[in-house]
Amino acid sequence: MKKQILDIISSNSRIPTDDISAMLNADKETVEKEIKCMEDAKVICGYPTLINWDNTDCEKVTALIEIKVTPQRDMGFNKVAERIYKFEEVESVYLMSGGFDLTVIIEGKSMKEVSRFVTEKLSTLEYVTSTATYFVLKKYKEHGIIMTDEKEKQERMLITP
Amino acid sequence: MRNPLSKKVEPIKPSGIRKFFDIVSEMDDAISLGVGEPDFDTPWHIREEGIYSLEQGKTFYTSNSGLKELKLEICAYLGRRFGLQYEFNDEVFITVGGSEAIDLALRAMLDEGDEVLLPQPSYVSYEPCITLADGVPVIIELKEEDEFKLTPKQVLDALTDKTKILIMPFPNNPTGAIMTKDELEEIAKICVEKDIFVISDEIYSELTYNSNHVSIASLPGMKERTIVINGFSKSYAMTGWRLGYACGPAIIIDQMLKIHQFAIMCAPTTSQYAAVEALRNGDEDVDKMRTAYNQRRNYLMSEFKKIGLDCFEPFGAFYVFPSIKKFGMTSDEFATRLLMQEKLAVVPGTAFGACGEGFLRISYAYSLDDLKKALKLLKHFIDSLEK
Repeated sequence: MKKQILDIISSNSRIPTDDISAMLNADKETVEKEIKCMEDAKVICGYPTLINWDNTDCEKVTALIEIKVTPQRDMGFNKVAERIYKFEEVESVYLMSGGFDLTVIIEGKSMKEVSRFVTEKLSTLEYVTSTATYFVLKKYKEHGIIMTDEKEKQERMLITP
Repeated sequence: MRNPLSKKVEPIKPSGIRKFFDIVSEMDDAISLGVGEPDFDTPWHIREEGIYSLEQGKTFYTSNSGLKELKLEICAYLGRRFGLQYEFNDEVFITVGGSEAIDLALRAMLDEGDEVLLPQPSYVSYEPCITLADGVPVIIELKEEDEFKLTPKQVLDALTDKTKILIMPFPNNPTGAIMTKDELEEIAKICVEKDIFVISDEIYSELTYNSNHVSIASLPGMKERTIVINGFSKSYAMTGWRLGYACGPAIIIDQMLKIHQFAIMCAPTTSQYAAVEALRNGDEDVDKMRTAYNQRRNYLMSEFKKIGLDCFEPFGAFYVFPSIKKFGMTSDEFATRLLMQEKLAVVPGTAFGACGEGFLRISYAYSLDDLKKALKLLKHFIDSLEK
């Protein structure tokens, strides 16, 4: 049942537990217990909201930064990653295979702010040997959800046999 | 001027769904649970393959019976899913939707006066197609207490010397009823004993929720007397592509193909290329959609209980068929008032045969949000009746 619950809430974390239990033909307490259990086990790590800031008055800039680091003896990449993910500005950090080591996604109020963070905080870090910064120009799809304005039009006829 | 119309065609009644369609189309804010097709878009990789075939200029006729690679994929699919073994070259061909296959099978097999056992409630096209093929429809009224399954006794009671074909419409539109292997075996036994042919419309075969679909053609002695009809509309959400297929004994398929050749030429080429992709790489899409339908089905059953609507639990297709008998109205009255008062459209059971009286067909090919909105209206309506 855990997998089924995850599938349901992965696309809508606000769905009421009553609905989940009806959809899975299970009682509410069981569903609540399973969710709690997955929260405790850090299977479910949070319930953030997918916001398209472009459609608000707030300025937001997203940048993707490739970082090469020198891994540390006994600690590998983890210690370096920790130094980076603790910054509040950092949205995501991934360890990568391929030509560089870490992908860092930064959100800031302006390009200036992001640039300052990269030059002053990230590239100056011990063990960081190089960075490459790419600014996001437009988000088309995130979390499996299409973010462009394309209107969903109901194409189906209202009654068919 | 002479009457330009055929005496055979003119008396055929238009589908009972028509009336509701006309009213609903005039309302701009009606909510409908009356749709008989998936709410999902065709999975992108399937659409993309159709687009690619157009880019490559694959815009010509295919052979009458369809693309060889598609027929091969269909045979492989029927084998792995239902244990059916068909020869791609003379036991299967591609049609314009399952509907064409129904029409062709009847026309290829019926002579004037031959009787066709037709369980109802069932899809709207069987009865007129039987009539158009000069056959005589013998209606078997499926019962709610049998969970709208066909019983051996009903078949035996309806048999005459003239009976030639039995239509097997399971998983069923509009009731959602399915038939298990044991139940099919009893029906199959009668068909073999009494030398009856079967047209098994298995268009909803991928949409069963408590067990895998069993094809009656997979039972002993049945393959040689069964035409299996299936297609891509429901399982892969491909209704508008108009693509189905028929499988059966070469001797019957050959004659069906003859009519198809003259009436249709071949099924749409673009759709056939897309369908090859569907069968090769679409299993996961089908699973996902099945899971979603099942969750909505569970949701509806649980909500019906809360609002006091009686409904047997159906395990197939994407319909539920609740009873409205306790409200003392005909299906048509109930559906009309529901539409006028709450602007919620459902289809009266009578659209699928007279024995659908007292029932409604409610489709759950809708998002959970849509179902929620609709159920609120339905509850409001039922509360107003009970006051």
